[in-house]
Amino acid sequence: MPTATALLITAQRDLLLAMRRKSDVLVSLFFFVIVVSLFPLGIGPEPLLLKKIAPGVLMVAALLSTLLGLPRMFAADYADGTLEQLALSPLPFGLLVSGKILAHWLVCGLPLVLLAPVLGLQFGLDGESLPMLMLALLIATPLLSLIGSIGAALTLGVRGGGALLALLILPLYVPTLIFASGAVEAQMVGMSTSGYLSLLAAMLALAVFFAPWATSAALKIALE
Amino acid sequence: MNLLTEKPAKGFYRFSSPQTFYPLAEKMLPWFWVAAALFGIAGLWISFFVAPTDATQGEAYRLIFVHVPASWMSMFIYLVMAAWAGIGLALGTRLSGMMAQALAPTGALMAALSLATGSLWGRPMWGTWWIWDARLTSELILFFLYIGFIALQAAIDDPRRADKAGAVLALVGVVNVPIIYFSVIWWNSLHQGSSVSLTKSPSMAQTMFAGMILMALCFWMYSIAVALMRVRAIIIERERNAEWVRTEISMEKTNAVE
Amino acid sequence: MLDVTNLFCQRGERVLFANVSFSLATGGCLHVRGSNGSGKTSLLRLLVGLAPLENNETGNAPAAIHWRGRSLRDSAMREELIYLGHHAAVNGDLTALENLQFANAQDGVPLASRDALAALQRMGLGGREDLPVRVLSAGQRRRVLLARLLTKRAALWVLDEAFTALDVAAVKLLGELLDEHLSAGGLAVLTSHQALPVVNVQVLEL
Repeated sequence: MPTATALLITAQRDLLLAMRRKSDVLVSLFFFVIVVSLFPLGIGPEPLLLKKIAPGVLMVAALLSTLLGLPRMFAADYADGTLEQLALSPLPFGLLVSGKILAHWLVCGLPLVLLAPVLGLQFGLDGESLPMLMLALLIATPLLSLIGSIGAALTLGVRGGGALLALLILPLYVPTLIFASGAVEAQMVGMSTSGYLSLLAAMLALAVFFAPWATSAALKIALE
Repeated sequence: MNLLTEKPAKGFYRFSSPQTFYPLAEKMLPWFWVAAALFGIAGLWISFFVAPTDATQGEAYRLIFVHVPASWMSMFIYLVMAAWAGIGLALGTRLSGMMAQALAPTGALMAALSLATGSLWGRPMWGTWWIWDARLTSELILFFLYIGFIALQAAIDDPRRADKAGAVLALVGVVNVPIIYFSVIWWNSLHQGSSVSLTKSPSMAQTMFAGMILMALCFWMYSIAVALMRVRAIIIERERNAEWVRTEISMEKTNAVE
Repeated sequence: MLDVTNLFCQRGERVLFANVSFSLATGGCLHVRGSNGSGKTSLLRLLVGLAPLENNETGNAPAAIHWRGRSLRDSAMREELIYLGHHAAVNGDLTALENLQFANAQDGVPLASRDALAALQRMGLGGREDLPVRVLSAGQRRRVLLARLLTKRAALWVLDEAFTALDVAAVKLLGELLDEHLSAGGLAVLTSHQALPVVNVQVLEL
C-alpha cells in the first residue's frame, strides 16, 4: 500500500467522526457568523467604515473560529489511547497526523471560505472583492489549521489547555492575518494583489512541510 | 528527527552535565557581573554626559541608549534560547533545556523594556503613548512569544516534558520571527504608519553609537550573569534529591556559618 | 529472540526500576508483576517505544531492546508488534466494526469487513458490530480492542492489564488466543494482577 494513503486513513476517519458530531462543527461556524455580526453593533452601521474594516474583521473572526476547533484535533484520541496506536503504526506518523490536520481544515476551515462572501455582502464588499476574499481565505485557512496543530499538540493534557493554546498560537497567526486581509484591501483599492497571494502561498508551502513535522514531535512528547 | 531514539551515553558531554556546570557557573558569575557593571558605567557616562543634546528631540532621545540595546538583546536572546532548545531536543542533554528556561524571563524583560522605552519616547515625540510602528509592533509580538514559552513551561509539571515541549515551541517561534518581522514591516508600509525608528532619527554621531554599543555589551553581560544565576537555581531545584546537591548544599551551609 | 538489557525508568525524583534485563525465546511469555505504581506500564511503554530509552548513570551498558537482531525502535519492526494499553483505544462515536477496520488500516493492513465481522464474532460481539461503541459496556469495549489480536498478525504481543474488565468467558477466550499465539511461535509480554491461564510463563517482578 503506498504510504501516501496514510493521510487518507486518518482524514477519512475524522471526517466520519465530524459527520457523527455535526453540532461541534456548526458551533464554530455560528461563532464565526456571530463574531462578524457583532462588529457593526459595536461600532455603528456606517457603510464606509464597515467596508473599510471588513477584510480585517473577517480574517480575525476566521482566525478565532479556527482556534475554537483546534483543541478537538487531538484531545479525544489522546484521551482514549488512539493516539498511542497511531504513534506505534508502521506508517509514517507525520502523514497520519497530516490527515488529521486535513480533516480539521475541511471541517473548520473550508466552510468559512464558503460562508465568507455572504458576510462580506453584509459589510458592503463589492463584486470584485468577494472572490478575492474567498481566495485569500482559501489559502489562509489551511495555514491556520497547520500552524494551529502545533499548538494543539503542545497543549495536550496540559493545565489551562484552551487559553494557553490561544496564547501560543495567536502571535504565530500574525503574518497570515496581515497578508490575507492585505490582499483583500489591495483588491478594494485597485492595487495589485499578487504579492500578498504569493507570500501567503509561500507560507502555506513552508507550513505543509514543517508543521506536521513539528506537530508529530510535539505529540510524541505528549505521549511520553 | 526521531524523538524516540536512544539518548547518547552520559560522560560524553561532560560540561552538559548539571553537576559539572553548577560549580563552573559559580566561578564564571563574578566576571560577568563585573563586566556588566564596567560596561554599564562607561555606557551611562557616555549617554548622559558625553553625548550632546539632540537639536530636534531634546533630552528625551537619550532613551535610545536603553531602547536599542534592549531590542537587540530581546531578539538575540530568543535566538540563543532556540539554539539551546534545539540542542536539547537533538542530543537529549538536560542542561540545554534548563538554559532555555533560564533565558526566557530575561528575554521577556528585555522585550518589555524595549516596549516601555519606545512608548515613553513616543509621548514627547508624537504626543501619544503608543504608535503602531513596525518595530514596536514586532517587539510586542516577540514579547507574546516569550510569554507563551514561559506559560507553556509553567503549565507542564514534568520538567523533562516541559523542556521538550518548550523546545519545539521555541524552534517554531524562531522560524516565525523573521516572517512576523517582515510581515509587520510590510503591513506598516502599506498603512503608512509613522515610524518611530529611533536609530535613524538622530544623526548617528560616533559618540551615540559608542554609547549604544557599550550599553548593549552591559545588557549582554547582565543577561548572561542573570541567566547563569537562574540556571543554578533550576539545577538545584530539579536535582534536589541527587547526592551531589546534598553535599553541595551542606558545604554552602558550613561556609555561611564560618 | 527478544533481548532486553538494562532498562531504566525514573518518574520525577523516583527511580521506578533499573537494570531490568530479560530475554524471551520463541513461544515465550513474560508476565510482568508488581504492586500498583511499580512501573509495569512504564516498562511496557518503554519496550514498545512510546517512551524514550534512558540510561542509568552508573555506567552500565546502555539500555537496548533487540529483536531478531534489530532494534525494536525500527519502524519496520512495528508491523510485527501489537501493543494494547490501558485505554480501550476505541472511539465512542464509531461502531465496533469501524473501530476495528480503522485500527487495521492505520497499521497499513486494510481489513475486509468479512474478516472484521468474523473477528468480532469470535470476540463475542456478534450482533453488536454496528452499534456505536459508546453504548457498549467497558468489557465489551475491551473486546473490540482485543479483536485486533485476531486481525493484526503480529509476532510480539505487548498487553497491559489485558484481563481487566473482562468476564469469565472473555478471560477464557483471551487465554485460548494467547495459547494459540504462543504455540505458533509468537511472543507475549503481559502485565496482570492475576495468574495467567497459560503454561510456560516467565515472571518478572518489579
